[in-house]
Amino acid sequence: MPGSQNNKSVSNDGPNRTDGVLSLRRRFSWTHVREQVIQWILFCCALLSVLTTLSIIYVLITESVYALPPHTAFFQEVSLREFFTETRWTPQYAEEQQHYGILPLVTGTFLITGISAIIGLPVGLLIAVYLSEYASPSARKWVKPVLEILAGIPTVVYGYFAIRFLTPMLIVPIFENWLGMTVYGKNALAGGIVVGLMIIPMVASLSEDVMRSVPNSLRESGYALGSTKFDVSAKIVVPAALSGIFASFLLALSRSIGETMAVAIASAGFANLTLNPLAQIQTMTSYIVDVMTGEVVSGSTVEKSLYAVALVLFIITMIMNLISQWVLSRYREVYQ
Amino acid sequence: MALVKRFTQFVNPQGDGSNAQGPEVAPSLGTPKIETRGMNFFYGTKQALYDINLQIQSRAVTALIGPSGCGKSTYLRSLNRMNDIIEGTRVTGEVLLDGMDIYSRDVDVVSLRKRVGMVFQKSTPFPKSIFDNIAFGPRIAGQTNKSELQGIVERSLKQAALWNEVKDRLKESAMALSGGQQQRLCIARALATNPEVILMDEPASALDPASTARIEDLIFELKQNYTIVIVTHNMQQAARISEMTAFFCVGRLVEIGQTKQLFTNPTQKETEDYITGRFG
Repeated sequence: MPGSQNNKSVSNDGPNRTDGVLSLRRRFSWTHVREQVIQWILFCCALLSVLTTLSIIYVLITESVYALPPHTAFFQEVSLREFFTETRWTPQYAEEQQHYGILPLVTGTFLITGISAIIGLPVGLLIAVYLSEYASPSARKWVKPVLEILAGIPTVVYGYFAIRFLTPMLIVPIFENWLGMTVYGKNALAGGIVVGLMIIPMVASLSEDVMRSVPNSLRESGYALGSTKFDVSAKIVVPAALSGIFASFLLALSRSIGETMAVAIASAGFANLTLNPLAQIQTMTSYIVDVMTGEVVSGSTVEKSLYAVALVLFIITMIMNLISQWVLSRYREVYQ
Repeated sequence: MALVKRFTQFVNPQGDGSNAQGPEVAPSLGTPKIETRGMNFFYGTKQALYDINLQIQSRAVTALIGPSGCGKSTYLRSLNRMNDIIEGTRVTGEVLLDGMDIYSRDVDVVSLRKRVGMVFQKSTPFPKSIFDNIAFGPRIAGQTNKSELQGIVERSLKQAALWNEVKDRLKESAMALSGGQQQRLCIARALATNPEVILMDEPASALDPASTARIEDLIFELKQNYTIVIVTHNMQQAARISEMTAFFCVGRLVEIGQTKQLFTNPTQKETEDYITGRFG
């Protein structure tokens, strides 16, 4: 090793140096061992999440798409055609009347998601505009922790709030007593509203981040042209941050799609193929809770249907996350 | 030669009074367009400007020079109250635009900024089309008529000497323009609101020499109709384009005078040291 020879000559000149310290030759040292161990631990942590994902995908596929011969997977018992075109989802019935059409679960899920979007996205965006453009530092100091508290409330509490407060004290008086419509004790509207409340903090903080990253020079240019604060917020900052805001919307919606507990408590019952927000619905996630908390025969079609539903859910959420990441990465390019 | 002619105009303002009648507000030459009297500026408790007394002539270029951190940008930004955006800033003294104190209680900042436009060091095109960039100011001022807007966009781009380069792609994103084009776009955008005064904060410092030359030509054209105040670090630039030059140092106005006189025969030792490159 030519390097070590050079080092020796240098070390002869240098003050207070010995050959051993300066040698470039690799030799045993505890520092080196420690570095290796740390590297391995970190790698294993990363590996863990990859392995978890892969094993979940493995289980979902073997239970729903294809299983080795002695067993049969869900789609080997129920045809894809029935799964996607049948309008009834009745696994709770006796063998002959069982139908496995995912459509009611999908509409139920999107009903909840749609209601939550109507509530959560605009409110979240307006809060983000307030925090990023209008709020004084002291106001921001108050609002942000409150939002975090909102985000920290357990979802089961939201569900309880929906069924014990929203439905009897708000939805029933308005829609049943006043407008004369039929409101179910468990209805999509109550669940959708609380899920909308849940995603507000997420939309607000993600959108605020992208809006604050809009360069101040753009705001100043706007003001210099005679803009009011509202002009600057609505016509410069929001358009400039639009793709980031869009990405935060998509992330929030995939949270809505995946939300389980509040919906299971407040809205979920019979799997209706309906868009009526005052009716009982069943979502993909709450169906899974429903089956898991009930009695289900191991190895039955009902049990396997859980995996098929989970697979659909997994694919939908994954697509939404991929789209939002793609949008976000495009957004970053605009301002480097 | 043109330089000398411009200087003589300033020495004998009265002789030129009749030519100064423009289509817009035209105070007789000699009355300053902008005047600051005993102005102090504070960022919180830190004072950034001390007792600034300065007159800015109409339809001429006034250059503000000085070392970094001397307060010349702060002074410039206080002329259209851009510093209001920064939390905790405070102004005392008077800043008069056509004799009216712009810091008085009954001044509408939004209309002030329509009369006193600004161009920044870094070009700041909005992530919109070229057309929408120029039309931004007129639109927020309430102009919705499509053909009016088209007229304004064309006029502004022509004034900023950018029309020929972009007339076929007005709908394309302004972000795709080159740095020099973007800066001229920002000038056009400022012109579109039909201001009387244009403040420029080192408008060419981020540009290559060719683009800088174009901006300087443009400033030379614009001063026929506009009052221009420009902050620059480039003393040759100040000498080339301005009639008056003000030298700032650590928050004080050291000297103001006709550019030629200030550069050839400064009255203050500090000015001389700065322009001969002995400090700063």
